[in-house]
Amino acid sequence: MAAAQGEHQVIGYGKLTSVWLCLLALTALTVWLSRLDLGISRIWGSLAIASVKGGLVIAFFMHLRYEGRLLRWLLFVALVTLAIFIGFTFFDVLYR
Amino acid sequence: MTTPHHQDQAGAKLGMWLFLFTEMILFGGLFLLYGVYLARYPHEFAQAGQEMHVVFGTVNTVVLITSSLLAAMAVTAIQRDDCRNAVLFLLGTIGCAVVFLVNKFFEWSSEIGRGIYPNSPTLAAGPPGESVFFSLYYLTVGLHGLHVLLGATVLGVVALRAQKRTIHAGHYVLLENGVLYWHLVDLIWIFIFPLYYLLL
Repeated sequence: MAAAQGEHQVIGYGKLTSVWLCLLALTALTVWLSRLDLGISRIWGSLAIASVKGGLVIAFFMHLRYEGRLLRWLLFVALVTLAIFIGFTFFDVLYR
Repeated sequence: MTTPHHQDQAGAKLGMWLFLFTEMILFGGLFLLYGVYLARYPHEFAQAGQEMHVVFGTVNTVVLITSSLLAAMAVTAIQRDDCRNAVLFLLGTIGCAVVFLVNKFFEWSSEIGRGIYPNSPTLAAGPPGESVFFSLYYLTVGLHGLHVLLGATVLGVVALRAQKRTIHAGHYVLLENGVLYWHLVDLIWIFIFPLYYLLL
């Protein structure tokens, strides 16, 4: 963990606005993709786009890109836990 | 007194993140239920998904993303010791929250008007998969709506304190944590939107 938490990285308005534009573009993309007949890849496509959007929000809006190692590792552990409990449930449900 | 003060802020933020992880797991559980029931009732879910209004969902997605931008800008403003703009950005965020909830009100009114609500006679007469879909929908989106209400209230308190200058560039962890909570609300909606409005 970073020793001094006193000084924070300040993210400028311009950078935040470009992240917002990316999020809007990805929203438009996911709505457009949902109109196409893509079968099962539609599910993976929307989830992938949602994950990218979530990553942008966490990295820039929530400042995680500029935080110390402790918070990043904790987020990683939380996401792995979530992935394990969703993944293992599906091993059971899909191959029963 | 400056050194223990800063440690306090780091600890407060760590505590907030730990709380946000429990929230992610909570909604993760609801998404898991959705996934399992989608695997069990794919046709009923597809049928039920036709009843959803993509326009309401898309508008609310844009509103929440914009609210998140304004909340993040409030942090930048307070870091630059610009309390006035920080308060304005927070009020903008709260305004977006109100628009979101008003939209939600119209959306749910329209659905309830068509007889779609938990334990309604229409759903009880239909196939079981459809009522599961709508029960999960009302549970997940309702819980998310409560988070919107709570987050907007917290940001209101934060805005008041920034107005009174008890939150300022030297001590703004309450604003930071309130904003983090708000981003989580946006983050969860980012996943609710494709699952309930787009996939089916």
